[in-house]
Amino acid sequence: MPDFLLEIGTEEIPARMIDSARDELTRRVGDLLQRERLADNPTLQTYSTPRRLAVLASAVSSAQPDITEQVTGPSLKVAYKDGAPTPAAAAFARKLNVPVNSLEKITTPKGEYLGATVKKKGRPAAEILAESLPKEIAGIYWAKSMYWRGKSAERFVRPVRWLVSLLDGEVVPLEFAGIRAGQASEGHRILSPGSLPIGRPSDYSSALAKASVVASAAERQQRIRKALDAATRTIPGARWREDKSLLDTVVNLTEFPSVVLGSFDPEFLALADEVLVTVMRDHQKYFALEDASGKLLPHFLAVLNTDGDPDGLIRHGNERVLRARFNDARFFWETDQKIPLRQRVDMLRAVTFQKDLGSYFDKTMRVQKLGSLISEALRSAGSSVRSGVVHKAALLAKTDLTTELVKEFTELQGIVGGLYAKAQQLDPILPAATAEAIGDAIYDQYKPESMDDSVPRSVEGAVLAIADKADSIAGMFALGLQPTGSKDPFALRRAANGIVKIIAEHKLPLPIAKLFSDARAEYAGSEAEKRFVKDFSFDQAVASFMRERLEFYLRDVRGFAYDVVNAVLAADSDDVVDAIARAEAVREVRGSEDFASISTAFKRIKNILRQARETKKSIAEHLDSDALTEDAEKRLATAIEIASAVRALREEKNYSAALAHISRLRQPVDAFFDKVMVMVDDETVRANRLALLQTLLNEFSTIADFSEIVTEGK
Amino acid sequence: MNYRVKGPEECRSGLSPAYQENHLSSSQNPLTFQQLVLRLQNFWADHGCVLQQPYDVEVGAGTMAPETFLRVLGPKPYRVGYVQPSRRPADGRYGENPNRLFKHLQFQVILKPPPVNVQELYLESLSALGIDLRKHDIKFEEDNWESPTLGAWGIGWQVMLDGLEITQFTYFQQCGGIDLDPISAELTYGLERITAFLQDVDSIYDITWVVSPDGRPVKYGEIRLQDELQFSVYNFERADVEKAWKHLGLYEAECQALLDEYAAVKLQSPVDSGEKRKAKSEEPAHDSGEEQMAKSERPTAIRRFPVLAAFDLCLKCSHLFNILDARGAISVTERVGVIARIRALAVGVAKAYVDQQKAEENSAPTEEKGSAKAEQLSAAGL
Repeated sequence: MPDFLLEIGTEEIPARMIDSARDELTRRVGDLLQRERLADNPTLQTYSTPRRLAVLASAVSSAQPDITEQVTGPSLKVAYKDGAPTPAAAAFARKLNVPVNSLEKITTPKGEYLGATVKKKGRPAAEILAESLPKEIAGIYWAKSMYWRGKSAERFVRPVRWLVSLLDGEVVPLEFAGIRAGQASEGHRILSPGSLPIGRPSDYSSALAKASVVASAAERQQRIRKALDAATRTIPGARWREDKSLLDTVVNLTEFPSVVLGSFDPEFLALADEVLVTVMRDHQKYFALEDASGKLLPHFLAVLNTDGDPDGLIRHGNERVLRARFNDARFFWETDQKIPLRQRVDMLRAVTFQKDLGSYFDKTMRVQKLGSLISEALRSAGSSVRSGVVHKAALLAKTDLTTELVKEFTELQGIVGGLYAKAQQLDPILPAATAEAIGDAIYDQYKPESMDDSVPRSVEGAVLAIADKADSIAGMFALGLQPTGSKDPFALRRAANGIVKIIAEHKLPLPIAKLFSDARAEYAGSEAEKRFVKDFSFDQAVASFMRERLEFYLRDVRGFAYDVVNAVLAADSDDVVDAIARAEAVREVRGSEDFASISTAFKRIKNILRQARETKKSIAEHLDSDALTEDAEKRLATAIEIASAVRALREEKNYSAALAHISRLRQPVDAFFDKVMVMVDDETVRANRLALLQTLLNEFSTIADFSEIVTEGK
Repeated sequence: MNYRVKGPEECRSGLSPAYQENHLSSSQNPLTFQQLVLRLQNFWADHGCVLQQPYDVEVGAGTMAPETFLRVLGPKPYRVGYVQPSRRPADGRYGENPNRLFKHLQFQVILKPPPVNVQELYLESLSALGIDLRKHDIKFEEDNWESPTLGAWGIGWQVMLDGLEITQFTYFQQCGGIDLDPISAELTYGLERITAFLQDVDSIYDITWVVSPDGRPVKYGEIRLQDELQFSVYNFERADVEKAWKHLGLYEAECQALLDEYAAVKLQSPVDSGEKRKAKSEEPAHDSGEEQMAKSERPTAIRRFPVLAAFDLCLKCSHLFNILDARGAISVTERVGVIARIRALAVGVAKAYVDQQKAEENSAPTEEKGSAKAEQLSAAGL
């Protein structure tokens, strides 16, 4: 069976988009082959470089298999009259291009019909591929695409320059972007310019290898790792700093990678590590070298898209660029010290936070107040927070936005502020430890940047980070700019996830609703408030947004089953730490028989109560124990008396003990449903029984709504 | 200022012997700054570009010169190359920073539409500068360009040569808020950076601009340092904020007035489309003599309309905005608003320009038939 190769040759695709596009193309080709019955479970090999995406499918059929199909025609009654075929039968036969006498009788549950068995010839693979692949290529998702042949032509990530499409030795004549597929690929731009014929699909990667292109991304990664190791070995005791995302980037910036070791003047090591690494990694895409203790060494590794640097020219060039960058950084650092952070607060008036929410000066004032409120709340709940540290850190937190260093290296915002705060004597009266704590809080204010990132180290840093994020979320929501669907231009979900993670990991007694009503209140009377959306239920919108984020955190970060999360959050979603404790307790009992049974019973109770309300049956306001008649209901009423104990245990947050109590409800509840009919005709009895169930539900749903628990096999 | 002129030996003293042998000996003398410009001009002239001269109104980038901003609009193919001094007042460093300039020089190439081998052509242009690509590391890294002030954006790369960004390569998608068709490729070479790289100097001011007849290298600093220092002083310290606002307002008002006037002229002269012509010819009786005369004058009124002057006024606004920004005179609330105002002008000019081009095209055949007036105009160099 033949192999099939598709290669899309392009101008350089952005590194960040290559992997997913390659995977999507592979999936599309695989699905197409299966859908069109050209292969079952095709073996797909995938290739990608900055200039190409390719898929090699092995053992593809050269044509679809022929199929025999039974076609149903008119009913027999219509098809034959007096034993002779009617025009209807003749028309059916003509349509299928078979003689009338070859038609057969088909019996279906609906009656007898005229039918025919027809053989459908499978279409050649080349024809189907040529027809369908252009649509698949055009369908690839790109975060950003472009026109190059004018507005009436196609869009793609970058201009497509060649296409190779081969079924064994034959060209599959497809066309995309005005380019007809052929056998000609291209090798490395510089090392092997010109057209590169591909004989057969299976020759693909070896042909490219000869033209200085390592087509497999995985192989390039291996090569780069080896080359990084080899270059590092020339420096005794050194190792290169592992950096997964940088490695992915350079894999996707090269077709034929090699590595060069460069050095810089050790005197630059006086600059902060963060600055050095940012310049090397983010701006130059270099790997940093460190010694066994993790201290930076005055060397770097650059990954090249060529076969080496025998003359040292490339190393020399890269060293020159890095020197200029480091010189710039040092120049900026020194310039910045001329105006200390505390003198920069006022300069924030000229830095926009958001066009309707005012300047960073305004934000600073709000965050400072909000930070104080949070500190107070935490202190009154028994946490120890140095409010003074929060206050001062909040005041200076955004001042680094006015520094040259942050203007140049924006990704260092916060970090630069923290470093400067420590480097500058903020206030001679402050004890050194306090100054250090202020610096750390400023340094950590944007943490966590993702769910994998750590939270601020200190509780003061945590408070500052929460206040900053809550202020942004509150302002944006009030402006009606909440995230919708996949659109979240202000990264509010990330901010909210960060708040949840910080509260959870620092175990802060900080209710969400209060946090956001306080954050919203800081905008009161501001210019920004005039632009807020009218008639908008802010509290509700924020609560449901934050509940979603908490759900995400519990499920995806903490690994709780979704039904446990739903059950726990249905009871309460305002207190993050408490929700986690309850989720842990519920997770413990979730599999037990008692709780499976209780869960089923609670679902039933909810249904009964719902139906009762829907059919306007009255539910007694209070349970009247004397009006209970049956034994089973009396026993259930007695069992419910453990409610006060459960309440006490809940207060103590002793959830396992509380749940152990609740598990004892199983027997009386089950017995109740076995023996007692709730919806009886006697209105008083019925109302009282409904009240019994309502009480049960109310009393025992404060830890979790057990009806949300999914029971096995039901 | 500690600036001093170094001798040619001193320039190269930091180089490893291997570097000197392999790099410098291969191209005996690296190109001087002006040789570099000449090579680029020759290269692109050979590839069908009109060689333009720098635009003589302050711009922040070669893109803002009309040879790019306006020429990329509309359907007419065009190829042009030119040096453009680009002024960015806030980037000034009083000549103290070896890598930053208030005014740097770009070589700008527009290829409309881009040929299929546009990347190869670009790489050839590097070879023309004496860069042996086989000995260097070249990468095209994603870098998309956007100018909110111009309502313009494009998709492309920064071209990296041994870790140094030497060119911005952009496929323009929109300009002045108008979707482009055809697309133009824009190549922006950073001339100082490339020369500093070729000459292996760490400071822009040490670039050899030209070697004088007596063999003495004339350095970039000799020619430009004073400029950098004095304009930094002006832009950061001396520019009169109040007057600059006033100037901005005046230029804006004049630009806007022109745009409004164009719209009015336009209204009086409906597009000379076939449909309209037909509609009119059906009712010849209603055409008074006066109206007929006006009709024949209308295309001329449109053609003569100074849309290009309106663009210059818009550029003036942009430059004044940059000066005010460098002076720290633009508050948060003002900033967004002023950018929007200038953008509105740029978008207005772009629209008028496209419209004018269209009108010109539609009326071209009749004009050619022998309008004495048109001939007179062209004879006068207008």
